[in-house]
Amino acid sequence: MTTNSYTFKPLNVGRWVVWGGFALLLAVMPMIFRSGLSMTVLSQMGIAIIACLSYNMLLGQGGMLSFGHAVYTGLGSFVAIHVLNSVTKGALPLPVALVPFAGGLAGIFFAALFGYVTTRKSGTTFAMITLGLGELVFALALMIPEFFGGEGGVSGNRMIKNGFMGITFGPQIQVYYLIAIYTFVSVAAMFAFTRTPLGRMLNAVRDNPERVEFVGYDTQKVRYLAFIIAGFFAGISGGLGALNFEIVTGEVVGAGRSGAYLLFTFLGGATFFFGPIIGAILMVLAFVIFGELTQAWLLYLGLIFLLTVMYAPGGVASLIMMNLRVAAFGRLRELWVSYLALAVTALVVLVGAGAMIEMIYHMQLSAASGSELKFLGVTLDTKGLNSWFGAAFVLATGVGTFEIVRRQFVHHWGEIQEFIEKEIKRREAM
Amino acid sequence: MEFFIISMLNGLSYGLLLFMLSSGLTLIFSMMGVLNFAHASFYMLGAYLGYTVSKFTGFWPALIVAPILVGALGALFERVCLRKVHKYGHVPELLITFGLSYVIVELVQLIWGRIAVEFHPPVSLQGPAFTLINHSVNGLRVLWGAAPAELCSAADATIRVVCSPFPATRGFMMLVALVMLGSVWLLLTRTRIGLVIQAALTHPDAVEALGHNVPRVFMLVFGAGAGLAGLAGVIGGSTFLTEPSMAATVGSVIFVVVVVGGMGSLSGAFLASVLIGVIQTFAIAFDTSIGSVAQQLGLGLSPAIMDNSYIKLTLSQVAPILPYLFLVLILIFRPRGLLGTREG
Amino acid sequence: MNDSATVQQAASASTGTKYALELKGLRKSFGKTEIIRGVDIAVTAGERVGVIGPNGAGKSTLFNLISGRFAPTSGEILLNGQRIDGKRPFEINRAGLSRSFQITNIFPKLSVFENLRCGVLWSLGYRYTFLKFLADLTDANERAEDLMRQIKLDRKRDVLAMNLTYAEQRALEIGITIAGGANVILLDEPTAGMSKSETSRFIALIREVTVGKTLLTVEHDMGVVFGLADKIAVLVYGEMLAFDTPQNVRANQRVQEAYLGSHVADAQAGGHA
Repeated sequence: MTTNSYTFKPLNVGRWVVWGGFALLLAVMPMIFRSGLSMTVLSQMGIAIIACLSYNMLLGQGGMLSFGHAVYTGLGSFVAIHVLNSVTKGALPLPVALVPFAGGLAGIFFAALFGYVTTRKSGTTFAMITLGLGELVFALALMIPEFFGGEGGVSGNRMIKNGFMGITFGPQIQVYYLIAIYTFVSVAAMFAFTRTPLGRMLNAVRDNPERVEFVGYDTQKVRYLAFIIAGFFAGISGGLGALNFEIVTGEVVGAGRSGAYLLFTFLGGATFFFGPIIGAILMVLAFVIFGELTQAWLLYLGLIFLLTVMYAPGGVASLIMMNLRVAAFGRLRELWVSYLALAVTALVVLVGAGAMIEMIYHMQLSAASGSELKFLGVTLDTKGLNSWFGAAFVLATGVGTFEIVRRQFVHHWGEIQEFIEKEIKRREAM
Repeated sequence: MEFFIISMLNGLSYGLLLFMLSSGLTLIFSMMGVLNFAHASFYMLGAYLGYTVSKFTGFWPALIVAPILVGALGALFERVCLRKVHKYGHVPELLITFGLSYVIVELVQLIWGRIAVEFHPPVSLQGPAFTLINHSVNGLRVLWGAAPAELCSAADATIRVVCSPFPATRGFMMLVALVMLGSVWLLLTRTRIGLVIQAALTHPDAVEALGHNVPRVFMLVFGAGAGLAGLAGVIGGSTFLTEPSMAATVGSVIFVVVVVGGMGSLSGAFLASVLIGVIQTFAIAFDTSIGSVAQQLGLGLSPAIMDNSYIKLTLSQVAPILPYLFLVLILIFRPRGLLGTREG
Repeated sequence: MNDSATVQQAASASTGTKYALELKGLRKSFGKTEIIRGVDIAVTAGERVGVIGPNGAGKSTLFNLISGRFAPTSGEILLNGQRIDGKRPFEINRAGLSRSFQITNIFPKLSVFENLRCGVLWSLGYRYTFLKFLADLTDANERAEDLMRQIKLDRKRDVLAMNLTYAEQRALEIGITIAGGANVILLDEPTAGMSKSETSRFIALIREVTVGKTLLTVEHDMGVVFGLADKIAVLVYGEMLAFDTPQNVRANQRVQEAYLGSHVADAQAGGHA
């Protein structure tokens, strides 16, 4: 039956504001943060955002837990750097700006190749296959020096001698803007994907793979196609990385990097589209900055990850959205005291634990420089019982008070959630 | 000949070690649906704890104490962390064990440092269990213990004598593995708790409805699995190397074993472990590459081709990736694994 | 106008047979246990068949065989004259057969509207495209809206499926089942877990939305079955004891002995649903 209907589609102002704001942010960031370090960090963030979003296409949208995503970003990097070298030699008439695209094509190729075998299974078995494939590719990287460059990796040179409008990609800021453009387009494309039939059916496969077969779709094919598309964006991210660092070594396909994608995408939030963006930003900050602060940062990261899986499986994004929901019902302000208390007690726990961990690390790694170390302005002595007792005491106090505050917070939060449920029902009935 | 026997035994012992680990993994997976990513980390923890305890008490008490400690830690983890994420599904369960593996590796590096520690087997296990002496005239002889030097060389240049020792540690590994597996099998099939566990393997709800404390059973099984991994760690760590990367190297192999054997199949895990163990051990021993084979066959290949890294690649270099090649092949030709019953 | 006659004509016109669904010598064993022991029936297009039988008779297994969840050990299944045994569920679905599940099988994290839209996408030919926006697919969106109105969930358009009540989820389940426009519909205990009043409303809904289609329903409520069905198939221990009109089945000696017994008395006393 057909009806003559007029549809009223007002201009979606919200959409333009969000995307316009995002573009503006990307353009303006280097003017706010001008230092060389900031430029590096911002560039890496752009690259990481594309990688994590492509990873979440599998994890959050498709329910496919992959332990080997670095294979696709890494192979994209390797192909891109070889292409770059061909371009530099003059053998390939490709603009340097399009080299990441070559990485993307490599991503498609390898995702189509490996994905055929990988996506035959789902769930835990899929995860194990990606793990095995990741190890395979990493091991191969050491065995085939022509492509992977052996120990030293493959280097390249992105500078163009006679650039269009003087763009040589020599200075980091020019590379940043190239990355920013790719980032914006990739994010927009991946967001658009979530609004297409394939994107929606991918969600359906995540929710109920069996039912999908009974509405006429081949579940395996949906997964395979999504895998290839994710591989494309992963390859682009890798290609940008090759341009940015001008060197690609074997570790770009390693398990460490795959694990990082998993960790930070999950931390950022796999259930919302913008979650991985947060995760990517955290990832770059963690690797570049936190790594300088303390040697134990991987341990802290692991612990935070454990806590996130247990208490906030939707990641940072879900925490933000939950609080936005509370705010929408006007109940956020009363929570600020609880949040403050939680933050303070958590800080105390962190100080106590940090002191102990740093002392242990100091004993391990810097024993030669004596038994004293500086921690947050206080001198600790690894040989002195005082330091240990002090740290343990701080830790215990922190944990105790945190637990008290947490329980009170959970109680309050639960009451607010009940209120919200009632409100929703009331509004529905109207 | 003796090379074949020794290599076979070495391969079998490595395969049995793999099975010690993958059997615990399979049991935990069958029962709880959780693939314990941290299983290899428990292995590593067993080695390190064994090392530390043995410094105080010697090797043999450490062999008992370390696995118990690891088992207790495993049970604690199940109780405190894993149980909380059961309700979220299998992906968060896998993620939390993944997180645990991260944390354990970092803690181990924190406490014991980043370089390998000297975890030696006890004096009684040092040296060979037996030695095969292949005398080109007298034939093959087996000698218990080490062969004295004079038996291994012949004064006459025309006679060739080769002494192949089989390390006692390897023999011990096989012994422990078989004893352990035998006891687990007996426990599962002959005792009451074993019966409950077997039932809970497939129908945990029904078992709980019958009044058994299924969460406690889960905790016990997880802890026992961890303990067994720890036991394997004490033996593996003293036989091979005890270092922070030992979890990663053996970890991915046991996952391959579990998938190749068929998820949830103990017999499949056994078959796959032994197969991979033997093949990998043999492969490491061979320095042949396509190039060397061509040379032996008398095929004249140009120096350029001979220098190609694919042609130069020896079997021993490829050995580490053989399990993964296996994985890919199995997935293409027999996706449910060698003896698997379920489809992923 | 008689919908079933039209459908019947259409069926025979396209394939030259008049049976929408045929089972020939169907057998299924799990290991050593034979669950389905040789079932032969032929369902005319447009017919409504109620499948009854005691628990464990193999009704769900039968549905699973027809819909492709399992492959039969032996025998043939024909849909509009084409063999579908051994085919994968999505192939069978594309050939025109759809089913609902006894345990609600929907997409929990998608909204009601999205659930229904997923059900229509393939039948409207959109396949695996990622180059079109869902918002622009007017035919898919209209069809989903239609379905929502038919199953009376239009007020819950954007509610996540996991937040619906049980009866609403069952309605959504039916909605997804008929979304693709399949002509042969299998409903596996659609009213399971519902109260008496919910059941009668639900049956009325089923009658509305399956006009002109061939229907096979597994049901335990005898009143419902005898009221809704043109033909009744009685499955006991994997064998089809009878496949006939409700009156004949009620009068059938074997069926009475094996199964109906007191149910007959209940239905006769209570009248039709």
